[in-house]
Amino acid sequence: MTMHLVDGGRPRFGPELRRFGTFLLGELKPRGRLLTPFNVITSAIVLLGGVLLVIRFAKGLGSITNLSQDVPWGLWIGFDVITGVAFAGGAYVVTFMVYILGQEKYHPIVRVTVLNGFLAYVFYAGALLLDLGRPWNVINPIIGNSFGVSSVLFLVAWHFMLYMMAEFIEFSPAVAEWLGWRRVRRVLKALTLGAVIFGITLSLLHQSGLGALYLMAKGKVHPLWYSEFIPILFVVSSVFAGLSMVIFEGSITHKVFHHRVGQRLRATHDDILRGLARICAGAMFVYLFLQLIVFVHGQRWTYLGTGWGAWYLLEIVGFVGVPAALFLSGFRKGRLPVIRAAAVLTLLGIVLNRLNVSVIGFKWYMAERYVPTWMEIVVTLAVISAEIWVFRWVVNRMPVLSFAEVDRTGEGERRVDIVAA
Amino acid sequence: MKRRDLLKTMCAAGGVSLVGGRLGAEERPPTAPLADRVGVLVDTTKCLGCRMCEFACATANDLPQPEASIDRSVERQTSPTQWTVVNRYETAKGPVTAKRQCMHCLQPACASACLTKAMYKEPEGPVRWRESKCMGCRFCMVSCPFDAPKFQYDSPVPKIQKCVMCWERLEQGERPACVANCPAGALQFGRRSDLLDEGRRRIALEPEKYVHHIYGEREVGGTSWLYLASVPFEQLGFPADVGETPFPVYTREFLYGVPLVLTLAPPLLLALSRASRARQIAEGEEEEER
Ligand code: SF4
Ligand code: SF4
Repeated sequence: MTMHLVDGGRPRFGPELRRFGTFLLGELKPRGRLLTPFNVITSAIVLLGGVLLVIRFAKGLGSITNLSQDVPWGLWIGFDVITGVAFAGGAYVVTFMVYILGQEKYHPIVRVTVLNGFLAYVFYAGALLLDLGRPWNVINPIIGNSFGVSSVLFLVAWHFMLYMMAEFIEFSPAVAEWLGWRRVRRVLKALTLGAVIFGITLSLLHQSGLGALYLMAKGKVHPLWYSEFIPILFVVSSVFAGLSMVIFEGSITHKVFHHRVGQRLRATHDDILRGLARICAGAMFVYLFLQLIVFVHGQRWTYLGTGWGAWYLLEIVGFVGVPAALFLSGFRKGRLPVIRAAAVLTLLGIVLNRLNVSVIGFKWYMAERYVPTWMEIVVTLAVISAEIWVFRWVVNRMPVLSFAEVDRTGEGERRVDIVAA
Repeated sequence: MKRRDLLKTMCAAGGVSLVGGRLGAEERPPTAPLADRVGVLVDTTKCLGCRMCEFACATANDLPQPEASIDRSVERQTSPTQWTVVNRYETAKGPVTAKRQCMHCLQPACASACLTKAMYKEPEGPVRWRESKCMGCRFCMVSCPFDAPKFQYDSPVPKIQKCVMCWERLEQGERPACVANCPAGALQFGRRSDLLDEGRRRIALEPEKYVHHIYGEREVGGTSWLYLASVPFEQLGFPADVGETPFPVYTREFLYGVPLVLTLAPPLLLALSRASRARQIAEGEEEEER
């Protein structure tokens, strides 16, 4: 950071304000080359997505989606919201390990994970708004003139909102550091533990809540995916979904933002990945065990002979069992490529699982299948692109991949490494 | 009109055609027990398949008139512009026609799914949708075991559309339009408990004519619309696997767990974090001593 406004920790009005303005304007400018292939492609997608959304809001959901009276929730809910939120689960797991269990080893990835989680909620949970037929009434369940407290969706919506706030508070010290507001930072930092505890509680509830949405779709979700245990399966799988995302995204971030990565993270990154791989493997074995219980409990073997059975086995064995074994061996032998491959497989498995519950296995008995339109896919890609842009903007400016840590044992700050300019 | 009076008139209107004649006599509290909500009994053995109810429904609810000639061999579904449909089914006992619409469940999945209370069960029985509240999330559609709610996908200001048991007509003391216009007397409006009695009476009188099952008596915890038929209901396109558990029960356990987690998890997490911090400090001191 080149421009510091630090002056007893607070910007003064007048000239300070003007300087603050110039600082912000300067920061808003893009950094680096503009005409990269990535930028060109994502810009085109976002522009196209914007046009499609204009059509969607002018003419109704049917104009650009393949949703129907039989399939009211498609790609936007099944992938953007339900899968996206599972992927964002890394934030609550990592904050749990660092702030609750005191595993300092993972501290260097806390900020980037929380930032990722926060943005995922803003964009992917925010994508819920695109799917609402009457989004202007979204305030009804919030301002309290209509509390549908018996609704799982009510709970999920509220938790999304509260959790976004909790994650913002967890991330806010980075913003304060960026702005050079020392005192503000101290206050915000003091809120972290509270936000973390609140955030983990909320996460447990809405990760499971997303599964609970389908409890009343009994008879509509294929019996191989429907059970009263969906909520539990969703929480447990959100643990390794989130951590696999952290591994996957961390590996990319590490390369792309190499210049922003602090010394400590650089030194411990591989070690962190190995640790995460071990936790993933553990969570996945627990998950497989639960799936087995559900399988037996639901007497599901009758379905195994069908095409759905093969599809189910592919998901469970190919995209949970195999990556779990890979994680384990990658951890034992310390082989990062294996761990990365396992993470990718796991992520695919989560996409499969969430879509199997919400889209593919939904009304499985119907002859006419829902397949998203290319326009639904473009909008989804636009949401992802926009999220990556914001992520990149923040990482390039705020101390995310490299920051001074507050020594949890008390006595003030311990400068771990120098913030890159 | 006060609720109590409303219920009275509603039942009086429906009671005209009812046997037993013990209606409207006593005052009922505004929250009448579940069984005494109003409903409709559909006797498919009397149904002619004339589709008068479809037309009456369209007129009463300002919907476009349904197609006059239809292909009887396809099973039609209700839609945003048609809240009830009459389908013909080829059964072991010959063709049977049956009217379908929202069942007005006693414990409606749609209403418990709705996070804005836009879907709402009136204490008198009808399940209504309220435009000013709905945010168009379509969770009601995902949850309804009978796929009754329909959504206007072609509108920028979409509504959820389904049978509302002619709520406005009921408020004026009239019967639902379909019931009032059925030339065959296949539909009967009244208190649900009386309709059940009537259904049982018909089955007892002609046990060979009817299957001994009133659809809606127990399905999904009971529905306000009740059906009689000469053949098993699966043959008439009714879902047979909906069970007798009211659908809201499936999420109840989860929802009960929520306050529990909200109160238990935070102190637990705090204690854990304290413990690990104490451990860290202890370790730190050890290191210093060394
Ligand atoms: S049939 Fe569906 S829409 Fe009608 S009351 Fe029951 S759950 Fe609600
Ligand atoms: S679409 Fe409307 S009526 Fe249906 S659950 Fe959502 S808010 Fe309620």
